Amino acid sequence: MIAARDLAFAYPGGGFALKVPALDVAACERVGVIGPSGTGKTTLLNLVAGMVRADAGTLTVAGADLATLDEAARRRFRATHVGFIFQNFALVDYLNAYENILYPYRVGLGLRLDTQVRERAHALAEACGIAHRLKSHPTALSGGEQQRVAICRALVTQPKLILADEATGNLDPETKEAILDLLFDRALDMQATVLAVTHDHDLLPRFDRVIDFATLRQPA
Amino acid sequence: MNAFFLAFAHLRWTWARSLVLVIVGALILSVPLVTQVLLRGSEEALTRRAEATPLVLGARGSQLDLVMSAVYFSQDRAQPISRAAEDAVWDSGLALPIPLHTGFQTNGARIVGTSLDYVDFRGLRIAEGRQMALLGEAVLGAQVADRLGLGPGDTVVSSPENLFDLDGVYPLELQITGVLAATGTPDDEAVFTDVKTTWIIAGIGHGHDDVVTPDDAGNVTANAAITQFQRITPDNIDSFHFHGPSGDYPLSAVLVAPYDTRSGTILRGRYLDPENPLQMTVPAEVVAGLVDRIFRIAALLDAVTLVIGIAALGAIGLSLFLAWSLRAPEIETARRLGAGRFMILRLAFAEIALLLIVSAGIATGLVTVVTMNGDRLVAWILAL
Repeated sequence: MIAARDLAFAYPGGGFALKVPALDVAACERVGVIGPSGTGKTTLLNLVAGMVRADAGTLTVAGADLATLDEAARRRFRATHVGFIFQNFALVDYLNAYENILYPYRVGLGLRLDTQVRERAHALAEACGIAHRLKSHPTALSGGEQQRVAICRALVTQPKLILADEATGNLDPETKEAILDLLFDRALDMQATVLAVTHDHDLLPRFDRVIDFATLRQPA
Repeated sequence: MNAFFLAFAHLRWTWARSLVLVIVGALILSVPLVTQVLLRGSEEALTRRAEATPLVLGARGSQLDLVMSAVYFSQDRAQPISRAAEDAVWDSGLALPIPLHTGFQTNGARIVGTSLDYVDFRGLRIAEGRQMALLGEAVLGAQVADRLGLGPGDTVVSSPENLFDLDGVYPLELQITGVLAATGTPDDEAVFTDVKTTWIIAGIGHGHDDVVTPDDAGNVTANAAITQFQRITPDNIDSFHFHGPSGDYPLSAVLVAPYDTRSGTILRGRYLDPENPLQMTVPAEVVAGLVDRIFRIAALLDAVTLVIGIAALGAIGLSLFLAWSLRAPEIETARRLGAGRFMILRLAFAEIALLLIVSAGIATGLVTVVTMNGDRLVAWILAL
């Protein structure tokens, strides 16, 4: 699913730089990424998602060589192949839970909202236990409910790859385990790969594999 | 459609801000149009009525006050003249004089004391009831009747001209005999009665009521303070009479309808002397000057409106900009979810378009309402 070789990236201005000699993630694998803050975990997710382009090396995700894709193609790739889950949920406050789940279809390039998508959104909400809260706005939802909505939003496009950045960071211990289980179950249903950045070592045994970023990257 | 969906959802979520923006937008769009509609309507109404009034005779002083008072029944009060001025026009044999006494009001409407010649002169038609015939009778303009919900058989009581009239001058109850058909002129906002009736309101004429009435206890009341207003009835009408020389009775102005152009010119010549306490004005000329002044002021108003409009648009722009700043996290999320490069522009355009559409709808409604009621509003403005 993900294959990176001699990946190098530096932010403009000569600040933080990242080098990854090799990274391979298999399809349907659930990989946890750990490491101290500031070591480039989120930058790696951004590279894999095509948010930024590597300065050097090769990066293939879901069969697409991201280095060869232009900006529009990378946006389209992201919309159709990648699901994002964020620590702060990143829900849109003026949309209710149901419309938040469908949000990728409102903004994403190459996505078309139709009856099938709406049915899939309802099914996901049912599976995630928030079917009864679909008309509620994010401000009326608990943290766990908001993250369930965010998971539904990440899965509704049936992505090949799910990127989670501290997805359970804002949740209490019981809720974070339930949320991670939910994410893994739904990902398994969809045959999706999960690459999740986390600081929570209690959750690491649940991953198929853990990459310690401190040992993965080379200093710039 | 997605952009419009999101824009609508955001506007609905921030409804208070949206409401303010829509109202400001509607005002920016409608105020210049409403002003134009009212200005054009006022110009037409002013000019039409002025041109239908050949000459006005009144006290020397402000020609504008005289014309506004005599032709449009405005609040401007010209100095009164004596009835002898009307007689002089009669005696000249050059024109038909129509007396006007506009010193009193009832229920916010001007009481116009005049003669039946005024009805013919203005081409007024009775829509309901009959024409006034006796002392104390009145006919209502269409708008007054509509506003007060009154008709033939009802009564109205005159208001004192000022507080000082409370001393001895009693309000008079006027018997309504008819309602005039609507004309879209200041006549719709007036209450017409015979000029002699207004002299009774002024205290120049009066009747003698039997105010010495024993009550049930045998007490006798003979205090004028118990009288709340005068009423002219078939029983006491014959007792009404006037004091003093009739030539001294006051008039607000005299409408003068010359029999021909030459007669009008001769009449005007008789009042050219600056020492003469009377003046003969041509309303069309006075109004032409007024309209010219109004449109010069309107040009200034347009400039002020433009500046205010630009300032308001700036405020709206700032409000939208700040709103977009607050939406930075949403924009970042959208970018991560694969939003197109121009998504923000599309959303901003959709939001502005929706605001404009609603504002334009409200502005159109406002302008339509003003246009449909233009005559009524103009008549009301002219009566101020």
